[in-house]
Amino acid sequence: MPDYSFILAGKAGDGIRQAGALLAHLLARLNYRIYFWDDYPSLIRGGHNFSMIRASDYPVQTFADEVDVVLALDEFGAQEHGRRLKSSGYLLYDSDGFKAEGIGIGLGSIVKRLGGKPVMRNVAAVGAISALVGISWENVESVVQGLIRRDADLNLRIARAGFEQVTEARMKVERLDDQPLPLLQGNEAIALGAARAGLKLYIAYPMTPASGILHFLARYEDELGLVTYHPENEIAAVITAIGGAYAGARTMVGSSGGGFALMTEGVSLCAQSETPVVFVVSQRPGPSTGVPTYTMQGDLHFVLNSGQGDIVRLVVAPGDPDEAFVWTAHAMNLAWKYQISAFVLTDKNLSESTYSFMSRGDEVGWEEPKLWNGQGEYKRYLMTEDGVSPLAFPGTKNVTVKATSYEHDESGITTEEPDRIRAMQAKRLKKRGYLVRELSSMETVKVHGKRDARVALVCWGSTKGACFEVADRLDLKVIQPVVLEPFPAQMVKEALEGVSRIIGVEVNSTGALCRLMSCHGISVDEQLLKYDGRPFSVDELLRSVSQVIS
Amino acid sequence: MREVKLETYAENTWCKGCGNFGILSAFTQVLKELQDQGLPLESIVIASGIGCHAKIVDYINVNSFYSIHGRVPPTITGIKLANPNLTVIGFAGDGDAYGEGISHLLMSAKRNIDITMVIHNNQVYGLTTGQFTPTSPLGFTGRSTPRGSIEEPINPLEIMLASGATFVARCYSGKLDHLVEVMKQAITHKGFAFIDVLQPCFTFFNTYKLYNQATYVMDDHDPSDLESAYRRAREWQGQAEAKIPLGVFYKVIKPTFDEKLRRGKAPAHDKGVPDIASIVKPQR
Ligand SMILES: Cc1ncc(C[n+]2csc(CCOP(=O)(O)OP(=O)(O)O)c2C)c(N)n1
Ligand code: SF4
Ligand SMILES: [Mg+2]
Repeated sequence: MPDYSFILAGKAGDGIRQAGALLAHLLARLNYRIYFWDDYPSLIRGGHNFSMIRASDYPVQTFADEVDVVLALDEFGAQEHGRRLKSSGYLLYDSDGFKAEGIGIGLGSIVKRLGGKPVMRNVAAVGAISALVGISWENVESVVQGLIRRDADLNLRIARAGFEQVTEARMKVERLDDQPLPLLQGNEAIALGAARAGLKLYIAYPMTPASGILHFLARYEDELGLVTYHPENEIAAVITAIGGAYAGARTMVGSSGGGFALMTEGVSLCAQSETPVVFVVSQRPGPSTGVPTYTMQGDLHFVLNSGQGDIVRLVVAPGDPDEAFVWTAHAMNLAWKYQISAFVLTDKNLSESTYSFMSRGDEVGWEEPKLWNGQGEYKRYLMTEDGVSPLAFPGTKNVTVKATSYEHDESGITTEEPDRIRAMQAKRLKKRGYLVRELSSMETVKVHGKRDARVALVCWGSTKGACFEVADRLDLKVIQPVVLEPFPAQMVKEALEGVSRIIGVEVNSTGALCRLMSCHGISVDEQLLKYDGRPFSVDELLRSVSQVIS
Repeated sequence: MREVKLETYAENTWCKGCGNFGILSAFTQVLKELQDQGLPLESIVIASGIGCHAKIVDYINVNSFYSIHGRVPPTITGIKLANPNLTVIGFAGDGDAYGEGISHLLMSAKRNIDITMVIHNNQVYGLTTGQFTPTSPLGFTGRSTPRGSIEEPINPLEIMLASGATFVARCYSGKLDHLVEVMKQAITHKGFAFIDVLQPCFTFFNTYKLYNQATYVMDDHDPSDLESAYRRAREWQGQAEAKIPLGVFYKVIKPTFDEKLRRGKAPAHDKGVPDIASIVKPQR
């Protein structure tokens, strides 16, 4: 099975991410399935960056320990990543900057000779790698042309010069007999899923690793027919989203743990005022500022329990861009159907890594919520069978829409009467039962691998990538709840039938999913936890799981 | 014309003599006049924070969002961004707007979003029974400052002028006709309009005597003159002996934030589902 891994490394500011994107697209063009991890410190200049790209005919969703090619633009990169080379691997480096054991190419002098900017070494490097692994110039040419708009000709000449420096291909990355797939980051998939389900107003204060959603939607505002807004802080973001939703627009906010912490008063306001808002929470290592540009799955219980009071909510944790696309759309539609807050829980790994995207794009769309039929006097909080009161929006003739953060009667007027307090809370809680029923017909739990395996890996979110691959190699089963609240306990239990050993795999230090499952009477036998800010590599998880089950 | 009742069935729980009654009746009067001028009642949305002031939304039969402490500006910003046809008016307390939520107030003024903010400035936390606020005078004794407040008060008008508000006014709940007139101007102003309404709290900080004696309506001020606006705003910095000018301190017309941000879109009405194929496509 073809399975190639590459590391492109350099200093921050060397254009490593762009070089990675070019190479990833080149490989995607040859019909490979791609996973691309963008590793960068929380600095703009001076730190060490690298792109790790894996390409295979298997749908890879994490990286491998050993790589085929390391391209280093600085000496540190050559030393640091050189040791990850397979014995058959190659180190390419910029011989204008330093000396190393490998194939030196004067990338700096190419750029100088052709009159480019220093950062354009990255394009020369992509040319050189392509020649080294036997990718034809035609492919390089169209990918560079497709992705680089500014100084397109100059970049192309520099790429060509890099390409020509390697006169002999040392490997042959063959074109696969398959369909080419687009590449997408998790954040982009979240944005697109929301847009398909009618997102019209996205409001966010920048915070890594969620900012990509804001950047993407701001760029494609007109194509997607929506408005993006960057306000003074996360509190303003969520409250503005609530105001927008009250007025009838589908709104979404996004942040990471620290910003989401500020939004929790809004979570509670959504619940009391029954205003639908979608929250994207992209996790990074905490507590506090933690490690801004790395990954963790440490905020599950924070999100599950955020906001004062008893709150009905939906929490989904997609594991890859396809799930992110579909489940963000579901989150939006369900939020509006039940007038609740819905949370899309992601992490740095899913948010900022690039994957092959298999969805067509029309799998999901707008679903109509329960609207007022125009009969009789409108009451925003009308008691109904399912607890969902019909929606009308301000601006509607003969209608007064009164929403509130206080406990209230059906018309939205403040109340402190014991009977009304109980009735209104019961009304809101009712919605959960109907939500549970609706979810029971959806694929809230993904089951992968060998159906009758005795050993199951249980995971959530982006950790599924490593788990699926390891399960396929070791003939195990994977159980991945995508919905975490209301927790699909019954479906997880069904999936666990015949399993005698449950191994929890999570990227956090306390086993958040394992704790959640134990509330539902499911106990895991083993926990494999990783909390150094990096996702599991496939080899690392393979070793850990093999050890546990041997 | 007006068949709609503007009151609700909610029981009014303000203390007898509370300055909030003046604001309520002024606003009710404004609503009637705006309706008579052809503004449909259903296009009006009011919002409030948390405090005695905030109960006003329960007492008026129009669209409303009873929001949370300090968050009136983002609440109505969201409403305005979603539906440009709505006229949105926020009612907030001095603790609410100048304490808990001051960043939102400043930034809304800076952006010039087309909303109106009416601040019920009673220089005290009414609902939580009498603590000092950002506008309480130095030495104010309340339950959290039994030895007297050790902080100088802020001057909200100066802050609003410095933040870029395009309509800045001060009124007194005891001067009803003036309040009605200025409120109407503020609501019809295209852009961020701000009124600091001096509103005596009968129970925790009775300022009727001071306001009745010290307030006067400016008749010699040009509201297009920013420098003069600053000067007039500084006439009263909370000191007991000064005269307190009322009226419109500043007014200017500038492009509004919501128009510039939306660029013709109307998030609450646009219903299209985008085709994402042009954005997501394999590399050719
Ligand atoms: C986040 C938050 N903090 C504190 C409170 C408690 N609280 C309720 S009203 C209020 C102060 C109200 O003062 P002001 O805004 O001046 O309104 P007033 O009652 O004077 O009209 C406070 C602190 C709250 N409701 N929410
Ligand atoms: S406490 Fe003060 S502000 Fe509150 S209702 Fe009574 S008089 Fe009015
Ligand atoms: Mg007050």
